[in-house]
This record gives sequence, C-alpha cells and structure tokens, in this order.
Amino acid sequence: MSILLENGLVYQAGQLQLLDILITADRITAIGKDLAQLGIKVQRKIDLAGKLVAPGLVDVHVHYREPGFTYKETIKTGSQAAAHGGFTTVCAMPNLDPVPDNAAQLQDVQERNANDGIVHIKQYASITQKRQGEQLTDFKALKKAGAFAFSDDGSGIQTAGTMYLAMKRAAECDMPLVEHIEDNSLLFGGVMNAGQRAEELNLPGMLGLSESSQLARDLLLAKQTGVHYHACHLSTKESVALIRWAKLQKINVTCEVAPHHLLLADADIPKDDPFYKMNPPLRSKKDQQALIDGLLDGTIDMIATDHAPHSAEEKEGSMCQASFGITGSETAFALLYTRFVKTGIFKLEQLLDWMSARPAQEFRIKDAGMILPGRKADLAVFDLKNEFELRKEDYLSKGTNTPFTGTKAYGATEITFVDGKIVYQKED
Amino acid sequence: MLNMQERLKLQHFLTIKKLKNDQVEELIKRAEYFKAGGAVPEYAQPIYAVNMFFENSTRTHCSFEMAERKLGLQTIPFDPVASSVKKGETLYDTLLALNSIGVNLAVIRHSQNEYYKELIDLDETQKLNMGIVNAGDGSGQHPSQCLLDMMTIHEQFGHFKGLKIAIIGDLTNSRVARSDMRLLRQLGAKLYFSGPTCWYSSEFTEFGSYGKVDDLLPQMDVVILLRVQHERHKQEIGFSPTEYHTEYGLTRKRYTHMKKNAIIMHPGPINRGVELASELVESSRSRFAKQMQNGVFMRMAMIEAVINGRGLGGKQ
Repeated sequence: MSILLENGLVYQAGQLQLLDILITADRITAIGKDLAQLGIKVQRKIDLAGKLVAPGLVDVHVHYREPGFTYKETIKTGSQAAAHGGFTTVCAMPNLDPVPDNAAQLQDVQERNANDGIVHIKQYASITQKRQGEQLTDFKALKKAGAFAFSDDGSGIQTAGTMYLAMKRAAECDMPLVEHIEDNSLLFGGVMNAGQRAEELNLPGMLGLSESSQLARDLLLAKQTGVHYHACHLSTKESVALIRWAKLQKINVTCEVAPHHLLLADADIPKDDPFYKMNPPLRSKKDQQALIDGLLDGTIDMIATDHAPHSAEEKEGSMCQASFGITGSETAFALLYTRFVKTGIFKLEQLLDWMSARPAQEFRIKDAGMILPGRKADLAVFDLKNEFELRKEDYLSKGTNTPFTGTKAYGATEITFVDGKIVYQKED
Repeated sequence: MLNMQERLKLQHFLTIKKLKNDQVEELIKRAEYFKAGGAVPEYAQPIYAVNMFFENSTRTHCSFEMAERKLGLQTIPFDPVASSVKKGETLYDTLLALNSIGVNLAVIRHSQNEYYKELIDLDETQKLNMGIVNAGDGSGQHPSQCLLDMMTIHEQFGHFKGLKIAIIGDLTNSRVARSDMRLLRQLGAKLYFSGPTCWYSSEFTEFGSYGKVDDLLPQMDVVILLRVQHERHKQEIGFSPTEYHTEYGLTRKRYTHMKKNAIIMHPGPINRGVELASELVESSRSRFAKQMQNGVFMRMAMIEAVINGRGLGGKQ
C-alpha cells in the first residue's frame, strides 16, 4: 500500500515548505516537490491543499486508567483521543490498579497497550512499590522489561532520602526519573490555587510552595546524582526560576508544562466548577506569564497534556469533592495554536518542536518527532485555515472533563497516520 | 576591435556560492574554448603558483598542476609534510613566506571548513598579494569539482533549465553534493536525492526531492553517484558493499531503465561494483573519464579568472 500526500505544508527541522510525501507500507519513502511527476504507482492520493503536515505529536504525560479504572478511560479510547489530537506517540503514567511496579505487571500493561492502542504507547513504571513513596521498585528489571521511564505521577515522593536513592538508582541504569512534585505537608486540603480567587469562591487554597520547595530539593539531589530528572507539569513562577538556575548549573534537568497552565489562570475560574480542578491547580496570572516566558527562553523544554479523564460523576458538584484532572489530548494543539501562534506569541515551528521534536529528543524516542525519508510514517495533518468548535460529541475519550468545550479554535486535526496507517480522519 | 569582451575577473576563487549564472556560463565557455584547442593567453611576466594540498587528493592535485602548466605558469613544489606547518606555523604565515619569495597564486586544499576566511580576514592590511584558489575545504565546498560537473552536463545538454538530476549516495559527507546542488538549483535544474536514508537529512529538502532509486532513475537526465567512503563507514555494523549495490547502486538492470540521453557522473575514485556495476564505468552513458578531462580545462578557466582579477602576468 502506498499513499501520496500532495501539497502539504510540511514541517521539517525548522522549516515549513510545500511538499509531497510518499508513504509506502509503514514508512516515508519519498519527500519533495511534484512527486507525481516521477510516475510512481500509488494506491491513494490525498491532496492536502496547503494543510499543515507535522511530525506526529509526542505527549510524555497521559493517563489511560487501564487496568483498574476503565470506567474513566481505556487504552483504546485514550489512544483514540490521542490520534484525534494528532498525537502518534504517548507515554502512559503508572497510576493504575495494579500498579506496574514489577516486570510481570509492566508487561501485562504493555501487552494491553500493544493490543488495544492505536498510537504508539510507551509505559512508565512506578518509582516505588504501589506508588506509596516508600520501597523502591527493581529499576533494572523494569528497564529490561521495557519501561519508558520511572514516575510516581499523581503523588510526590515525600522523603528526600527515598528520592536520593531513586535518583542514584535511575542514574545507574541510565533512565529518566519523571517527577510529579508535591509536598503533601504543604497542601492543607486545598482544591485550587491559594490566592484572591480562592478566597472569593470560598474554596480552600493550595500553596505554590508545595511544588517549588520540593523542586528545589530535587534539583540539588539531581545535581549530586547526575540523573536525568524531568519535572512534570510546572505551574509556578518560582519553579520556572529554579529550573532556569538549574540549567545554568548544568544540572541534567528537563521539564514540561501543560496546555491548561499556559491558557488559563485562577482568575479565569468562573465559579466553583470541577472542570477547573486539576493538580497542580491553575495558578496566578504572573505564574501563567512565567510559564510562557519559560518556554520562550528555553527553560521549559516541552508541552505535555497530563490528559486525565474522569467519569461524569467524579466531576460533579463542588471542587471540594471532585477528582483532580482534565482531559487534554483532543484539544491541546488547536487551543495552543489559536491562542499563541495565531496571535504571534509563539512561532508555529516552536509550538511543533515543543510538541514533537523536543520530547522525542530529550527522552530518546526513536522514530518520532521528525519527518524524514526512511522514518516511520507517523504524521499529523492539521487544518489551520478554518475555525471550528470544540464539541463534547466529538471527543473520543471517555472523559469529557475539560473547561474548553464550546471554545472556537483553529487547527483541527484532519488526518493522523501511525506507521503509515490512517488512525484518525475527520469526517466531512 | 575583436575579442575585447570582458573576461571574468576574481581576486580569489573560494566558493561557488556567490557566482552568478552568467559568470558560470562564462567559465564554462572559456573551459570549452581551451578544450577545443583555443590559444592560451601569453603573459608578459612569469606567474608563480604553489599547490598546497594538506589533504591527500592526487587526482585534484595533478589536475590543477596540469592546468597551471597548460597556462604556462611556473609551479613551485610544496610538501605539507616537510613544511613548517608541521612545526606549528599558521597557514597565513606560510602563505606570507611564499608570497614574499614571489609566489602569486596558491591552490589550497584543507580539511578545515572555510579555512580561507581566516586568511582573508587576517589580511586586512593587504600584506598577502596573492590569489587563493580553493581546491576543497573540509566538508564544505569543492568549487572546481562542481564546475567541472557543470561543464560536463552542459557539454551533453547545452543547458541546465528543466534537467532532472539525481544525486545518489553519501550525501551527508559529500562536498560534491553540497556544491553541486546549490549551483544546479541556481541554474534551473530539478534536483532529486537518493541513497541510504541515514545519509539524508532535511537540509537537502530545500534543494530537491528524496525518492527511491528505482522510482527516480527512469526519469533522470543526469545521475551523479557519490563515492561510498569505506574508510568512514567500514566500522558501521552491517554495512555491506554488496547490499549497497543491490539497494542503491546502479546495477546493469537499472541502467537499462534509464532515459535515452541520460548520463552518469561520479566524482571518483569509483568503488567498482558498489556505486555502479564495474562494466558500467566505461559504458556509453558514463562521463567519468570526461569529467576528469574537463577538470583540467575548467581549472584553467578558474585560474585565469584570478590572474585577470589580480592583473598578474602584466600586459598580454
């Protein structure tokens, strides 16, 4: 089977050019102008009429809830949502039941990922047994079983000693440690950012210190151990400043920011609405601006969605009772493109790098993040010209818990290819 | 008055990047004139040249020396191994010494990219009163190889516009590919690339399309095969010359699918049975020998341009 994509605005390592791409079986076999002229026999031609062809997007932070919480999401629906958003490689977090904290359990999840996933799914193993933050898992055995990296996402590691040992061990087996940073002793039962808006809404606040103070600890530990330390979903201006400092000290650190922290601040929360509840929470306008600045000056390396689907019941009522987290796979590119690229704050090239090349590069994910002949045909085609509305009925995820439903945006996904096969195509 | 047209005049011949299309055509015309047996200018004063090859390249070295002799230049022997460069002297100081003893023109091949930039920058005070002809710099440019390729293509087709030209092989490490693709695009040819994808990068997309050898060959007017640099690749696990030939090489079977007037070029030295089947080296489409022959005449034209630019040789 071969497919000729004609007249796409193809993004390749810093350049956007109108090109054709020939896909034969699972790979890109030709790339250039007027490929039809060569008279190659193809089964299918698609005229893209100038639509953007990006390397399939890479998301290093998603939650697929299987096994354990399949009423929220399954590997199938989660990966369908990813494909809908133009993602072709995702990395799934280990807050599952049972937790992939041993080789057998990790292999079970990986088999499910391979069988049910329609995009490439890399699987995180946990740092500690049952993600309880105490006993470390067998890193070597988990690496051998194919773990993507280690993370206890959903909770921070409370004890410095445990973190230190985990980093030492991860460094020894040359694996990244991906950390949800949160000091539980500074939470005080908060459900949104501590600040004026929390007071106005009469809701308990979460201190930014819970993130930044633990990050400071971790960066010093990372310096000592030399581990590749990756900070998840940065949310405060202090965290950005700390990472900026750490990079100057040549500490081996990378970090991500979630789309919602770039798009919203706590002041934008209209009322006590669980769709605005996530962890870390939406912070202040100043924090939001610091995150944008951090991306632009290279402090923040990549964007990751933290796609966190929940059932309708878990997101009802008051923020005080509801679960933390919002979905992100199906809305990330369009929202960021519309808000930041169309307004000239980011260049399209930058946004694409933060969502594909950079995560692939930092986490050494082969065959992802770049369009080149010989590579696997993992591609995302986006329509940048026409405005569309993010509609609940279009979501493929089981979770519809996002405050962005109803928003108008540009950059709808037209087609997503994984290994040369169409895994998502927009219906006309 | 007859024959008073302006000849190309250059202070140095360092890169093809700044050459305009009419200048390229002028060089080709002049080289073709020499090739046809046209008279060589008679210089009133002797011109002294030196060939400084800090990287081995017997073919290019001999070709430049032949060009100099045909133009009636006096060539001074220079051995980089025995020279003071080995003692740590800078290239600039070596040139200053050679210039002081009366050398007017240096042909230089060096492993450092754009080695000449330092020389020109250092020479703001104009102490160096000599012309430099670049015979290849690192992985950068190889202007004379590029221009002799242009001459060979022009010889066959008489023009460049619309020609379909494929460059196949080790693109990443090839000066030939980088120089040729720039100039060919500028001259209006349509470029294609092929070969192992690990040797291809997006830097080439700007210049042309990548396609599979079998898809490209039947459409091409010119096929430029690049040398597989065994010395670079033999350590790579799994690299097999036989497999390369089957996958990307010009086999006898592929040869039969080529266009009627198509030609094959190769910068040499050829690995017979790898880039192309051994018996195709002397085939009717092969321009391998012609390229080397043309090289001498093109180098004459290039050196002449510098002689004219610097007013060497006194009144003609």
